Amino acid sequence: MPALPLDEAGKYVAGAYVVFLVLIVVYVAIMAAKVQRIERELRELAGFAEQRNDEKEQRRVTADV
Amino acid sequence: MYGKGLKTLSVATVAALAVALSLVFFYAPLDADQGFVQKIFYLHVPLSITSLAGFVVGGVFAIAHLRSGDRRWDAVSYVCIHLSVIFGVGVLITGSIWARASWGHWWVWDEPTLVSFLIVFLLYATYYPFRYAIEDPERQARYASVFAVTAGAFVPLNFLAVRLAQSLVHPRVFATTEGGLPGSMMLTFLACLLAIGLLWVTLVKLELTAKSASGQLKRLRRALDAPAPRGASRVAPEVSV
Repeated sequence: MPALPLDEAGKYVAGAYVVFLVLIVVYVAIMAAKVQRIERELRELAGFAEQRNDEKEQRRVTADV
Repeated sequence: MYGKGLKTLSVATVAALAVALSLVFFYAPLDADQGFVQKIFYLHVPLSITSLAGFVVGGVFAIAHLRSGDRRWDAVSYVCIHLSVIFGVGVLITGSIWARASWGHWWVWDEPTLVSFLIVFLLYATYYPFRYAIEDPERQARYASVFAVTAGAFVPLNFLAVRLAQSLVHPRVFATTEGGLPGSMMLTFLACLLAIGLLWVTLVKLELTAKSASGQLKRLRRALDAPAPRGASRVAPEVSV
């Protein structure tokens, strides 16, 4: 099996390593999007809990009056 | 729980990858037979070993799930298989690139190593439709675990069958009777194997951390009796603890 000259072999080697890099970057990007969604939902949930607490407090004050 | 040590592991992985790549391009000598193209092996072979080992690890966690009934093991098994399938995509693409450079063909059908890996990959590609075809989460987890155990046992058997086939086409560069890798190449190969293995473990941990956070968020939502978020119909297993 004759070895390819460096200029020709280089593109194949670069191609293989770039494919690997792209695969990992895409995976990490998808995971980052998931983490962002979790963060957003957590913010929504915190807002929901605060709003519910405020409503409870308001009802208690109204009942006291 | 799963996020513990993730930062350290990530730093170790990046360092290991940097060292491994430096060894590949600045330390390991050019192969006398294949020349520069052989550098693809430092990526392709560790990826395939990690991927196949990951499938077996997924099977081991599936056994833990079947024995204990704990859904966390099912989630770990799922993530191991998921990452191994992704690494498997890398194996097939980098292998095809090497085949094109060395053999002049992107794919060779009469080569047992290639075809057997494709069979294993396609087998695990059916894991997703098989899993998500079952709606009941308990049954889904149980059946998926049975699949993972059966397919996980198939992986080493397949590997042995290919080794026994003794193909003359696919190069054996690791521990063969004709002589293995020289010291500098072996060191580079082992560094690459360690780096890719660490990457796999880090990504498994990352995905489990995200799944765990998502599961806890769901529990919190239920506890607060909050409305479900938009587009929240996830079918992948959540980790509740």
